[in-house]
Amino acid sequence: MATEIPKRSRMPLVPALEVVRALRTSEVLVTTMGTAREWPRLGDHPLDFHYIPSAMGQSSTIALGIALAQPKRNVIAFTGDGSLLMNLGCLVTIAASGVKNLTLIAIDNGHYEVTGGQRTAASLTSTDFAGLATAAGFQSVSMFDDLIDWQNGAAAVFHLPGPRFVSLIVEPIGGDYFLNPPGPMGPRLERFREALKA
Amino acid sequence: MFAGSEIAALLAELRITHVVWLPDSGLGPWESALESSAAFRLIRVTRESEAWAIAAGLHIGGARPMVIMQTTGLFDSGDSLRNAMFDLGIPLFAIIGHRSYLVENSMDTAKRFAEPILKAWGIDYVLLTRDDELPRLREHFLACQSASKPGVVLVAEGRM
Repeated sequence: MATEIPKRSRMPLVPALEVVRALRTSEVLVTTMGTAREWPRLGDHPLDFHYIPSAMGQSSTIALGIALAQPKRNVIAFTGDGSLLMNLGCLVTIAASGVKNLTLIAIDNGHYEVTGGQRTAASLTSTDFAGLATAAGFQSVSMFDDLIDWQNGAAAVFHLPGPRFVSLIVEPIGGDYFLNPPGPMGPRLERFREALKA
Repeated sequence: MFAGSEIAALLAELRITHVVWLPDSGLGPWESALESSAAFRLIRVTRESEAWAIAAGLHIGGARPMVIMQTTGLFDSGDSLRNAMFDLGIPLFAIIGHRSYLVENSMDTAKRFAEPILKAWGIDYVLLTRDDELPRLREHFLACQSASKPGVVLVAEGRM
């Protein structure tokens, strides 16, 4: 018998990403998994680092490394809820590192999308990722499950003290699971490195 | 085997900017020297697999990281190490405590699997078993950097 999933309000993913795209100027932006599929469809930027192929759960920590190496740049990293579950300790590592220029955005749809839409364990418990980030010591923590609220509140979020954690509760994108890397890693990484030097 | 002050001085000489670590009982005494060095910053992780991704991000961002952990952490690191070193092609370098290496007839499987696993990954490593071998760490690091390839130094340890 299937376990009932707790009901909650969710916003659509792509409009939620468009909010970030509209606000983004010169920030480094790290995508992975589902966001690495959707974000490139919204446009291209030399400071986009699509972390695929990836080690699942490590987009947060690779972004931490970039942020520590480039303290004058703001870094935005997307992670999925499934990815974050694989590396929950990163919340403590990020907070303990003292990094100020990192915003970690958790895209929480309750599913492992790239494997075909299976539910995460957290979806059965309504795990509060924002609460976990608060407990880990993030300086600023926000949660949005309504698109209008996110559209109205996002700009202020990015000006809060870092490190910042944002939990976006979104709907899964059913039936569009295929993750196609946007070209070989070597040239993508080279372009990204060159953009960091600029 | 080596004093923390020796390691910190060598890492400074090698122009390391960040040390990403999770210590064991053999490496732990280095903490004070690593933490107090003005030459680099000590980054503490909660699990070893994080260390490779952080180091990869540091390297991509133009920094010069060093990873430090125990062999048990190496075992935990598989997918993250694979991705950083081979998918992303980043020549990371690590100092890894070789647990139980100095214990004769040890039944510790961490001792048994450490070197075969490094060989399976194709990672160029050297094993340091004596107090006077610290210069080999410098040599191996510089050789790996020069060749733009990943590398490891195993530091022999006693019991966990």
